[in-house]
Amino acid sequence: MTHMPILPRMPSSTPMRPDRRGVLTMAAGGLALAVTPWRAGWALDADQAGALISTALGEVYQVINSGRPPAQMYRDFESVFVRYADVDVIARSALGPAARQANPAALSAYTQAFQGYIGRKYGKRFREFVGSRIEVTGARPLKSFFAVTSTAYLNGRAPMEVEWHVSNKSGQDRFFNIIIEGVNMLASERAEMAAMLTARRGDLAALTADLQGAG
Amino acid sequence: MRPQTLTALRTASLGLCMVLAGCASKPVMQDGIRVNDPYETQNRRVHAFNKALDSRVIGPAADLASGRNQSESGPGIMDGVINVGANLSLPGKVANSLLQGRPEPAIRNFFRFAVNTTLGIGGLMDPAGRDFGLPEQDTDFGETLAVWGVPEGAYLELPVLGPSTQRDAVGKVVDLAIDPLRRLLHPDAAWATFGLRAASKAGDRARFGDTVDSVLQDSADSYAQVRLIYLMHRRYELNEEGAEIDPYADTAADAVIDPYAP
Repeated sequence: MTHMPILPRMPSSTPMRPDRRGVLTMAAGGLALAVTPWRAGWALDADQAGALISTALGEVYQVINSGRPPAQMYRDFESVFVRYADVDVIARSALGPAARQANPAALSAYTQAFQGYIGRKYGKRFREFVGSRIEVTGARPLKSFFAVTSTAYLNGRAPMEVEWHVSNKSGQDRFFNIIIEGVNMLASERAEMAAMLTARRGDLAALTADLQGAG
Repeated sequence: MRPQTLTALRTASLGLCMVLAGCASKPVMQDGIRVNDPYETQNRRVHAFNKALDSRVIGPAADLASGRNQSESGPGIMDGVINVGANLSLPGKVANSLLQGRPEPAIRNFFRFAVNTTLGIGGLMDPAGRDFGLPEQDTDFGETLAVWGVPEGAYLELPVLGPSTQRDAVGKVVDLAIDPLRRLLHPDAAWATFGLRAASKAGDRARFGDTVDSVLQDSADSYAQVRLIYLMHRRYELNEEGAEIDPYADTAADAVIDPYAP
């Protein structure tokens, strides 16, 4: 990252008379600071999208290098996924047309099972990333969202291009797709959910039960 | 390569173009990508065969050859075989880059071959990639056909060789025929290099064993998953992600999945 948003620094050493205007300014500044973590309605920019992925990757590598037992690592990956990815949209998109007919309770149970499945499935792959590194190389606007590009350097393999799609449409900055050397996570999970759902004759509750052990 | 050979190749590829156009069925958008799979029934039979072969023969053999459990202790024999096989494939890649009108990757692969064959002891080691900043520039005749404007054609799963397309399958055959090493070497040596290259592929299978296993064994529909992964990755390699005119995806941008789109 070449540029990170830097908060304006308050001159703390300068003595300041708390006059009316100063107090108002500080109150406004405090308000702005208080709002910043949510950035409700704020436009997401390329730098923020890149920073989001850098932070998420930092947490992923903390889990990878933690040396905890696999079952614990899968839960840790799931929690990183829940904090940085738009799980609702990914789960819904992976389910395809069936998501539109599902009732909210069934959809919510499915989404819960889906995030555990993702934590285990991709958690198993992340273990191959021990001793590797991923560098964020850029971010650009794409359609209505941002594409963050990164390069993964793995032991004994040619560097791989990994692209992340980030959106703030959920009200928070979240990624909703990962594309590794052209292989797209959403497309792959759509195919997987469609096949699992077909095997269960379109029964979402049965798919949800299957997902709890899958991955 | 002689000019008349080049002309013959181009004419052949034009003919291929027409053959492929003739048997192309309507592609459908499936799971966010364009899939053209009119031979799905036969392909699925081949897939079942390949999957059984992989779990009973290729997978275990590759594990045995690489000693998967010891592979973390350092470079083993299998890494040497992979390197030598990959090195022998470089002259063919140089030829393809030239046929594509891309001198830069041709020059890089030429010097990579020169450095690794000499300093790297016949390609056993990779000083070109390690010290000279010359990683392999991957290409094949399937890509050459793509550059020449031959359409991808239908999806095919080939026995033993795995996922492919009509264009890539033709590419594999032509790659064997035009390999410059075949013209330079004694037939026995040419067969030996072919064997080494095949062993190198098996070595790759062992190296990515866990990933291959997880796709083949853990997917609800491994045929659909392999097809999807192959097509997405291949189009990415060839810069063909939705770039073709397609009634199901009018613009290149439509190849990007936007779950927020209404």
